[in-house]
Amino acid sequence: MARSSLRIGILVFPGSNCDRDCHHAVTAIMSAAAEFVWHKEASLPPLDAVIIPGGFSYGDYLRTGAIARFSPVMAAVTRFAESGGLVLGICNGFQILLEAGLLPGAMLRNRSLSFICRDTHVRIENTETPFTGRCKPGQVLTLPIAHAEGNYYADPATLSSLKAKNQIVFRYCTPEGKVTPEANPNGSLDNIAGIVNTTGNVLGMMPHPERCAEALLGNEDGRLILLSLLDSLKSGRFSPKPAMVS
Amino acid sequence: MITKDLIIQHGLTDEEYGKIASILGREPNLTELGMFSVMWSEHCSYKSSRAFLKKLPTEGPQVVQGPGENAGVVDIGDGLVAVFKMESHNHPSFIEPYQGAATGVGGILRDIFTMGARPIALLDSLRFGPLDNPKNRYLFGGVVSGIAGYGNCMGVPTVGGEVYFNEIYNHNPLVNVFCLGIARKDQIFRGRAAGVGNPVLYIGSKTGRDGIHGATMASDAFDEGSESKRPTVQVGDPFTEKLLLEACLELMEKDFLVGIQDMGAAGLTSSSCEMASRAGTGIELELAEVPRREQGMTPYEVLLSESQERMLLVAKPGREGEVLEICKKWDVYAAVIGRVMGDGLLRVKEKGAVVAEVPARALVDDAPKYERPAAAPPYQDHLQSLPLELIPEPRDCNAVFAALLASPTIAHKGWVFEQYDHMVQINTLIRPGSDAAVLRIKGTDKALAVTADCNSLYCVLNPYVGAGIAVAEAARNLVCAGARPLALTDCLNFGNPERPDIMWQFILAVEGIADACKALKIPVVSGNVSFYNETRRLSIYPTPVIGMVGLVDHADRAVSQGFKAEGDAIVLLGETGEDLGGTEYLKTIHHREQGMPPMLNLDREVALQAVVLEAIEQGLVRSAHDCAEGGLAVALAECCLSAPAGPMGAEIVLGAQGLRRDSVLFGESQSRIILSVKPGDLERIKALAQKAEVPLSVLGFAGGKRLTVSIRDEHGRAAIEIDRPCQELAIIWRGALRSALESPLEVEGRHA
Repeated sequence: MARSSLRIGILVFPGSNCDRDCHHAVTAIMSAAAEFVWHKEASLPPLDAVIIPGGFSYGDYLRTGAIARFSPVMAAVTRFAESGGLVLGICNGFQILLEAGLLPGAMLRNRSLSFICRDTHVRIENTETPFTGRCKPGQVLTLPIAHAEGNYYADPATLSSLKAKNQIVFRYCTPEGKVTPEANPNGSLDNIAGIVNTTGNVLGMMPHPERCAEALLGNEDGRLILLSLLDSLKSGRFSPKPAMVS
Repeated sequence: MITKDLIIQHGLTDEEYGKIASILGREPNLTELGMFSVMWSEHCSYKSSRAFLKKLPTEGPQVVQGPGENAGVVDIGDGLVAVFKMESHNHPSFIEPYQGAATGVGGILRDIFTMGARPIALLDSLRFGPLDNPKNRYLFGGVVSGIAGYGNCMGVPTVGGEVYFNEIYNHNPLVNVFCLGIARKDQIFRGRAAGVGNPVLYIGSKTGRDGIHGATMASDAFDEGSESKRPTVQVGDPFTEKLLLEACLELMEKDFLVGIQDMGAAGLTSSSCEMASRAGTGIELELAEVPRREQGMTPYEVLLSESQERMLLVAKPGREGEVLEICKKWDVYAAVIGRVMGDGLLRVKEKGAVVAEVPARALVDDAPKYERPAAAPPYQDHLQSLPLELIPEPRDCNAVFAALLASPTIAHKGWVFEQYDHMVQINTLIRPGSDAAVLRIKGTDKALAVTADCNSLYCVLNPYVGAGIAVAEAARNLVCAGARPLALTDCLNFGNPERPDIMWQFILAVEGIADACKALKIPVVSGNVSFYNETRRLSIYPTPVIGMVGLVDHADRAVSQGFKAEGDAIVLLGETGEDLGGTEYLKTIHHREQGMPPMLNLDREVALQAVVLEAIEQGLVRSAHDCAEGGLAVALAECCLSAPAGPMGAEIVLGAQGLRRDSVLFGESQSRIILSVKPGDLERIKALAQKAEVPLSVLGFAGGKRLTVSIRDEHGRAAIEIDRPCQELAIIWRGALRSALESPLEVEGRHA
């Protein structure tokens, strides 16, 4: 049964800086209730989904996300994910999910060694996830990136497994949808821009859907991701099993 | 014992020292000498500029807070205010580009959130020597990454600015940083230590020995030994600043504070004496309570340290416990280090023993004021002369055009702004690269537009006209975005004010700004003066950078510079004259930096801006772009190449009107704006222009894949001067900066 008011938690680490943007996206685009969850919390309040926002958790002076994964809240998020709850990690959130072991692989510095902020094109590789239900297979979205460490890496075995299990959700591509080296902004392995875990309930993505979900901002492609997530929550198929969360 | 050597080392004159002794009624001790030295430095006291800055208009119905506070404040309606300021970080950035630029960003951010505003945008105005010199590449790259490193981490978008290259900045690059914030009008905080007995708190990073005498360094010219001053440059920690920002905004929200000020230049000394002086109070400090990162620091070092990410607060009585609690939540160091006193003194103790005792007001207000001698330099006549008969007209305008688009000053600045997060906070409606960046104000229908502008070549040729143009162009850029200019902040970068030619430049530039502000009805609400921008007596060009903020009443009507639709009519408002002096064309193609800059007629400027704003408000304008460096031809190319869906061509015919071809194409006549409009709206635009007596000419139509520009002579014969595929132009324009950075270096030392 879908509840009348969905509650989405947004983690706040010291140094998170897209937390307020995600709050805006959840309330203004998804018309759901948004709740900040402080990194020092050892358990989550009752939530339907968790967003780990972008930013520079703990300054990211060490490897990105490497300290955040030790925050008390990440143990709770891990339990939430294991119980089937939906977790969306954007940018630094993706990096934290990798460090926390909720997703496989690691992030290297961008091939250019510099921060890159611009629009990219990404091709939808998997529409069967709770985050991409509104997309068409092979659809090309324009989504902005803003990161210095988005150069995804995994060892060959992990990459084969990602492919075999259809875990690659977004690939950087040309405007026409071709996955080419030129369309790869940061050197990411196999042009990977986002992946899900094997059970499909945890998505990490480098592009920022919350930055392109309003007509006023000139691009609404991000809505597809946010509203797919909303559809999935409303379907009730992805509610976390309460016993496992607490 | 204060010796003559010590006085000289502290950058004070004998007369200044005498004045200190007479204020105190005794000789100062070393700690007090250090405090006076930083507070009376040019950087902190504005002693050479104060008398002239009074000429700037600072009032208007929209002004909530003018100059004198940490930042200026203007009313933007809906119970909100815009808070903004610009500052220089030139000297530190030359010595250590990454940290110099990063801490510049950190400092200006603190100036804004000190006022109770959440920072929503940063701009950077940068000037370097040419990129064929390895040192300049190092400085440019370092400064850009320093800005990115700090601003990106803070989650404040860097949405624009400007980048110029000129040999004059070889040994003195300029790094000016601008920050805009938004606050509730009823929740503005000021740097006032009011309420005798109120606790004074220190929050933020611990104090170390970094940056001691940074302000004094910034008040001196460079010499060969300047790089040994690297230890006076502070190291930035944006993570701590982010925590400090959130902690401060939470403290302000909870209403625990009486006053608050950033510890910027001259650190604890300036923040405490300025807060006391503004409130007419005194402050007693106990240095033993100051959180420190190093052992054995002397009171002198603690008072003069410029360690970053620190704030001084005055809390409401009995609220210090709650302040400390919030700081603890954000993992920010905090301590009660003193209290507000009624005696007007800044009294500093170390473990109970008084180590300095100085009237707070004397440090802030009694600094000497100088009206230094000013005189036009003998070289000015030569600079302003431009025998046009010696300048051959170009044979191949296509080649000249391509060379201009590839000039690093004109080239697309994507290499720079793509390293900045310019979208975080999801307000950026018009991104970097247009005339002005536009940011929506969530919860309202409005948006704010911001720009930073100065053409310093104009300013060296004629400081009065050049500075006036900086104001006019900034306003024009805002108007092109559909914004009504509200107010400006200035960052006045000049050479050594002890030189009469530099003072002459300064005084004229301030007058130029003042007159342009009066004509355009734009007050100055904050600013900064940076003197001593010279190395081995070679001074920079006078560079009065103008940062300006405007209000867009309907965010969805904001306009950008790129052409929008095939078939739209392209219209020029304003007139083209024989304006080749000081142009990028003359500099790049003919290697001359001389002549008179373009004339600025303020009446025409006012009329032009009013027409464009009216047309945008009526929804008649699809794109608007100011004509600046490179003239009409370059402006047209920018409109073509900035089209949102990729380059869009245009077919243009310009009237010769008896002018040289290079003047028509590349001259930089002021008060010109290119609009594109739906053909059906052409008559309405014409009517608006006619009513305001603003000259209007239809130049052609957008569309196709080529930019073709013809000039029609007085007999009606049109000859094609420029004809290039837009795709080719895009590659030149977008790739030029990267090419310049990656091209093989010329023989080292050419510019040394």
